Amino acid sequence: MKDPIIQLTGLTKTYGKFTAVDKLDLHIYPGEIFGLLGPNGAGKTTSILMMLGLTEPSAGTAYVCGHNATRNPIAVKRKVGYLPDNVGFYPDMTALENLCFIAELNGLTKSLAQTSAKDMLHVVGLEQEMHKKTGSFSRGMKQRLGLAEVLIKAPEVAILDEPTLGIDPKGVDEFLELIKQLSREHKLTVLLSSHHLHQVQRVCDRVGIFVGGKLLTQGSIESLAQNLQQQEGVSTVITLERAPDTQRFKEALKVLPGLRKVSINELSVELKTDSDATAAAVRILVNNGADIVAVSRNGYQLDDIYNTYFENSITTHTAYEKSRGFFKRFQ
Amino acid sequence: MKNPGVSSKDFNSKRSTPMQVLVRKEIAAHIRSWRFIILILLIVLTFGAALYVSSMGLKDAVSNMRDPDQSFLYLKLLTTTDNSIPPFHVFLNFLAPLLGIALGFDAVNAEYNNGTLTRLLAQPIYRDNLLFAKFLAPLIVVGTLFVALVMLMIGGGLMGTGVRIEPQELLRILGFTLISVLYVAFWLSLSILLSIRFRQPATSALTAIGIWLFFTVFFPILVNLAIRPFLPNPNYISEQEYIGYNELILNLLRLSPSQLYTDATTTLLMPSVRSLGPITMEQMVGAIPSPLSFRESFLMVWPQISGLTAAMMICFAWSYYIFMRREIRS
Repeated sequence: MKDPIIQLTGLTKTYGKFTAVDKLDLHIYPGEIFGLLGPNGAGKTTSILMMLGLTEPSAGTAYVCGHNATRNPIAVKRKVGYLPDNVGFYPDMTALENLCFIAELNGLTKSLAQTSAKDMLHVVGLEQEMHKKTGSFSRGMKQRLGLAEVLIKAPEVAILDEPTLGIDPKGVDEFLELIKQLSREHKLTVLLSSHHLHQVQRVCDRVGIFVGGKLLTQGSIESLAQNLQQQEGVSTVITLERAPDTQRFKEALKVLPGLRKVSINELSVELKTDSDATAAAVRILVNNGADIVAVSRNGYQLDDIYNTYFENSITTHTAYEKSRGFFKRFQ
Repeated sequence: MKNPGVSSKDFNSKRSTPMQVLVRKEIAAHIRSWRFIILILLIVLTFGAALYVSSMGLKDAVSNMRDPDQSFLYLKLLTTTDNSIPPFHVFLNFLAPLLGIALGFDAVNAEYNNGTLTRLLAQPIYRDNLLFAKFLAPLIVVGTLFVALVMLMIGGGLMGTGVRIEPQELLRILGFTLISVLYVAFWLSLSILLSIRFRQPATSALTAIGIWLFFTVFFPILVNLAIRPFLPNPNYISEQEYIGYNELILNLLRLSPSQLYTDATTTLLMPSVRSLGPITMEQMVGAIPSPLSFRESFLMVWPQISGLTAAMMICFAWSYYIFMRREIRS
């Protein structure tokens, strides 16, 4: 495997007694899209700021593009584009001026900045709004402009913090598609943080689930689902036509390999098994005279992943959304 | 995507350092802002009014043979007044703090609240570059404004009167400009400090104006109140002690930057001022009421200039300290 482009070792950040990020170990490899998933307040933004050298870690190291982000932040910032979660622009400057300013800060000459800024505005689809002041921009337009700004420095790594927050569903689709396309075209490594599993699922090669400052698990969505399956088992629901003979069926189903739990309600039989045993269960039931009308098998979906890992925080999730400003300082 | 390192074959345009880019952007933002246009109008209006009044009384001032400064036409132009409005340098004592505060009170916290600070600091620039640009850009603008104003005045005076300007006068006027910029710089660095300290621009502006009011209005009253209980009856103390007390009060007053500015500008613009404190009769014996040379006036205000510079440096160093350690997340 290639060397990781982002390498975090034991990264920790404490604010007084509060631990925002707890011994984070994370490797991200060149060219992949990594999703950092977690509820608000999980420490995603803090981790990102440490990767950029904008916040000093309490312990541990962050190496990005081969540079220590804490000791040599300028070298890191030259190669990393960052889109903060509440991106803002100078409201009195036009989109083009805002972009040129950033381009020049990154060492482009004035004329080169001008041309590449125009190119980038085309890429993100803002060419119509080029000469409009950013004060009048909508949230989605600001995010696009933010993405253009990330790209204009021709980064090796793009770090996007909650890039889909506050954009409408259609805008989210387009935005994520754009990120995916750009990542493939330019061999860009993308780290994006989000609390929307469903959105991240579509673009990320790998995800890491981050709750309460700890990285609980990481891997591709499929492997996460598989892990979960091993932990929780597969559940099968068989619906019957008539009320079942509960005792008899229960006895009969005991022979199933890896059976964990059987529960029989009025017209349905629910099974939990280590691995998929749907076919065997149906055969046993039919042999025992059951009339089956429907069988459904649950593989593990994102919602389950989400629920399992975010369990503790899911109840407060909506509250977080609304009072974001208040909770943000813990994030 | 274009790689700036490889494809910048554009020889016509130079690549500028981040500092230059930041300063250029700051200057542009200031010049385009309504705030600055209003301030400029205010300053130009004051300058025009003060100049008008002084040019009306100029003839009397220059022909007043008892005044040792009567030959300095251009200094007279800056300082003469018929008491209807104060002369420009006294006006500036009030306006310069306003200028400094207005240009700096939202320097950092506005970036913070706009969400531009994180974005800016994620670019390959040093944090102190940003702070220094925030400080330097308004000073360049104010410096240009002041120099332009006095140059206009000198030019107008040359055309109107046809009197040759003494090199000494030019030096004094430039010195006055320099001290004025320094005075603005002090208030600017103070307001930048407050803009880092307070998250809300309104809070930092109010605090800065509070400090300004304190120094211009309440500080002299406070010094008087504090000293008076300890002051013995002047009739029972020797002349030496009396002068000592006077000196003490003056020195306390000099803790206020506006007092330093007044001292410095008065001395520079009125060559006959030879002491900023009381002078005994013995010291005055044999002195000819004649103007001092520029060098002597300058030496006299050197403590004031260093005092102002020190105050400015302290504010700047302090803001540097808290800005470097500040969490930048919004």
